Amino acid sequence: MTQYAFHFDATRCTGCKTCEFSCKDYKDLGLESAYRKVYECAGGETVRDADGCFKTTCFSYPVSISCNHCDNPACMQVCPTGAMHKDEETGLVGVDEGKCIGCGYCHMACPYNSPKVDREKGHSVKCDGCADRVAAGEAPVCVEACPARALAFGPAEEMAKLGERANIAPLPEAKLTTPNLFVKACADAQPSDSRAGRIVNPLEVL
Amino acid sequence: MSTNTHAVSRRSFLKTTGALGALAVAAGGAASADSMFGDAPVAFADGQETTTWGHCAINCPGRCSLKFHVKDDEVMWVDTYTSKDAGFDDPQPRACLRGRTYRRWLAHPDRLSYPMKRVGKRGEGKFEQVSWEEAIDTAATKLKEVIDTYGNEAVYVPYATGVSASTSRPFNRMLNLVGGYLNFYNSYSTAQISCITPYMYGSKQSGGSTLSAAEDAELILLFGSSPVETRQGGAVSHYDWAHLREKTNAKIYIIDPRMSDSAMGHSDTWLPINPGTDAALVAGIAHYLIENDLIDLDFLHTYCVGYDEETMPEAYKGKNMSYYDYIMGTGYDMVEKTPAWAAKITGIPAQTIEKLAHEVGTTKPLYVNQGWGPQRRSNGEWTAWSIMALPCLVGQIGLPGTNNGTREGSNAVSLASLPKGDNPVKKSIPCFLFTDAIDHGPEMTAKNAGVKGGDKLEVGIKYMINYAGNCLTNQHSDINKAHDILADESKCEFILGVDTVMCDSLKYADIILPDLFRFEQVSMIGTGGDNAYMIAGQPCTSPKFERKTAYEMASLMAEKLGVKDEFTEGKTEEEWIRELYEESRKKDAELPSYEQAMDQGVYVRPGKKKTSMEKFRADPVANALDTPSGKIEIFSEKLLQFTEGWEFQEGDTLKGMDTLPPVPVYIPEWFGVETTTDEFPLALTGFHYRGRIHSSWGFIEDLKEVNPQEAWINPIDAQERGIEQGDTVHVKNQFGTIELLAKVTPRVVPGTVAVSQGAWHTADMYGDPERVDKGGSINTLTTQRPSPLSKGNPQHTNICQVEKVSA
Repeated sequence: MTQYAFHFDATRCTGCKTCEFSCKDYKDLGLESAYRKVYECAGGETVRDADGCFKTTCFSYPVSISCNHCDNPACMQVCPTGAMHKDEETGLVGVDEGKCIGCGYCHMACPYNSPKVDREKGHSVKCDGCADRVAAGEAPVCVEACPARALAFGPAEEMAKLGERANIAPLPEAKLTTPNLFVKACADAQPSDSRAGRIVNPLEVL
Repeated sequence: MSTNTHAVSRRSFLKTTGALGALAVAAGGAASADSMFGDAPVAFADGQETTTWGHCAINCPGRCSLKFHVKDDEVMWVDTYTSKDAGFDDPQPRACLRGRTYRRWLAHPDRLSYPMKRVGKRGEGKFEQVSWEEAIDTAATKLKEVIDTYGNEAVYVPYATGVSASTSRPFNRMLNLVGGYLNFYNSYSTAQISCITPYMYGSKQSGGSTLSAAEDAELILLFGSSPVETRQGGAVSHYDWAHLREKTNAKIYIIDPRMSDSAMGHSDTWLPINPGTDAALVAGIAHYLIENDLIDLDFLHTYCVGYDEETMPEAYKGKNMSYYDYIMGTGYDMVEKTPAWAAKITGIPAQTIEKLAHEVGTTKPLYVNQGWGPQRRSNGEWTAWSIMALPCLVGQIGLPGTNNGTREGSNAVSLASLPKGDNPVKKSIPCFLFTDAIDHGPEMTAKNAGVKGGDKLEVGIKYMINYAGNCLTNQHSDINKAHDILADESKCEFILGVDTVMCDSLKYADIILPDLFRFEQVSMIGTGGDNAYMIAGQPCTSPKFERKTAYEMASLMAEKLGVKDEFTEGKTEEEWIRELYEESRKKDAELPSYEQAMDQGVYVRPGKKKTSMEKFRADPVANALDTPSGKIEIFSEKLLQFTEGWEFQEGDTLKGMDTLPPVPVYIPEWFGVETTTDEFPLALTGFHYRGRIHSSWGFIEDLKEVNPQEAWINPIDAQERGIEQGDTVHVKNQFGTIELLAKVTPRVVPGTVAVSQGAWHTADMYGDPERVDKGGSINTLTTQRPSPLSKGNPQHTNICQVEKVSA
């Protein structure tokens, strides 16, 4: 088995959301649904000093994530029907739509806000790593869409050479689920356990 | 709008059979997709997916590649020119987030499908379907009537940038065959900088260096530019900026009142400044450079005029009118422009200005670049000029790794355009003053309104063809005033509108024609950033409903007016495209054959680093500039003389002057940080936003959902007003009120509110006495008073108050 993984280059990402929209178009998702989301993590302040001049400690950086196809997926552990499963060949985590009963445990368990229950469809939906494209030798659509080249996809050991296992805020500490997301941190990035920054664009994250 | 607009096609129903099944089970029913639709037609079931190339055509130089996946004449999804193996250095014109939503626009329920005539008041949005025959006949008959009654000077084609391609301006050509139309000059993008640059650098050698050239710089200053937001595609400045940042060793400063997305992740590059005060910062830097002997006097005396007494034009010697006199307080306003003086205006601490000035004076190469935000202001001509003067002070012009202080240049494929023909009407107005020309054209003169090609207008605008433009209201200024002028049918008597969707400006049209996208027809475009590219596209589907190409529309009008043969010269649009391409190939031998271009769809040509004014630097005599002196003019005698005898309003020029300033000075904005009032105590500035390019895509629900229209406000200002993140607020001033959400963020300086431009104006113009714009268009709050020299749109020069809207 080859475990596949994403790489996110936070030094390049500008938060433009092309990844999110290429996915939405390819997967034909409607409003209120996105498999890849872009968080803005920001903190610090911009104030006036005694002379009326600006002093800033403001920082802000985007983090684009979808499903991280974890080694120990929290979603799988809580799935009562076995619908959530890890592909034996690729390690990609997917939903068996026939088995899923739409209970929503996976949604509650995932620390990355990845699976959601589509009430219309009656089952969980999430990024499947574009398994069909990967099988055909292509990369996930989001990776090939990025104008700033901030995303990559490939065997986990290759991606691990490009960055560290998802360890920047607002992502939880990697030891929880061992996500297959490797991150090259930007100068602004805060460690996972830092409370200096917070997600400041909740409206933009579905 | 809250309706879910995804075209519910048969495909999406069939795709969700599983879902329907599950729902059916849940509901105890047994309906299946097949029983709802009957048997699938054979053609559908056997439909093969094919792909076609097309290009985005909207006003961003990106115009990126679009790869349409099509089945049974319907677009399934939209990909782009990309490959998984492309290295970081391989340019690929990948579409941005907006390009990836084209399917939503193509099949949007609001897409225009038939010709229509207005049946309500102008701006009310009430229309009825008519036949093409009636629509063309009405438009042509009215055109003849206006020409007969008022002359061709009363006909106008407003500034509009919704469609770009080699054959995308057919209406101008058609009009020139029936006597012409009133011209315009300037643009809404660059009025002030395009006006001032020729005074300083001339017009033939003034282009900027590419961003790639900054790879060799040691210090990069970006004034009011956000390369990742203004051009978001994969082979324009978005990519170019990300690429440069990784390749250069230079220290970077992004000088901006707002920490733009171009600084995200790299906040140490953000130098916060008060909006509209960049010229004061430059003056403060200049003072430090002079005091500390860091000026490149050799360069200034060899390549420039007007820095100090030594190179002043004869007639102005001994009058303390040099730039040096302005900076050192021995001329003009007699104020010494110390860093402490600049600190009070810019909000940048004096020590920071000194440190920056020291770096500017000692770090080479220096790459100075400005966006078009700093110039889109009441003092924009002088702001742009000041920023351009900065690299001259330290001789950082025309050398590897430098830029002349203008916006970055590009390597683009240049394609010939459909010839417009000769316009018998020679008069021209600044495009920003078209509502004045409708309202009181005959009062407009060369000296009060920048009329060119004649002393004054004889007649107001009576007939307009608004093709792919939203500048009648939304992207113009003071939308409420624009509405009042346009709604009066005795002023502009007829407006023909052509578009794909009912934008705000189109609601003022008397006849509407439904357009096809450029990717629904054969089309070509050339463009580029650091690298050049060209896209040759074929129709992705057949034309749907009664939509037509603009070329067909103009041909139909030409036929009605008896000039069809002259208009078409017997050629179809595709024949024109081919002929224009062959013309372009004569000038650019590297371009592939037409067949090859159409076959490959996307042509990419890696570009070299381009350094601005390289030739001039190497030999300023042999390669003299096309300025009056042949040199860089830091003092412009021409500007001084040109503006003698002009009528000015308070705040147009420096106190005590009766011309406009002939050197790059700081003039406080009319509505700026130094001129806020008790009623409107905050400055208000605009910016480009990822969810739209200008107003295009402003109605696409999917984009709006995760790119909400927000007023950026600093936590200090928000707290004073009891405003929290996500609150609904009113931003208001003397021109109107907009309603939007608050983004409470330290990414904007205290005292300034930032609202992204281009949101769709949404107000009840006939029912609501307040005309509250619930779409949040900043142009409800911008002035129609033009900047003094260029007569350009100062759309970032505003003051406002912000209030929380109680639930």
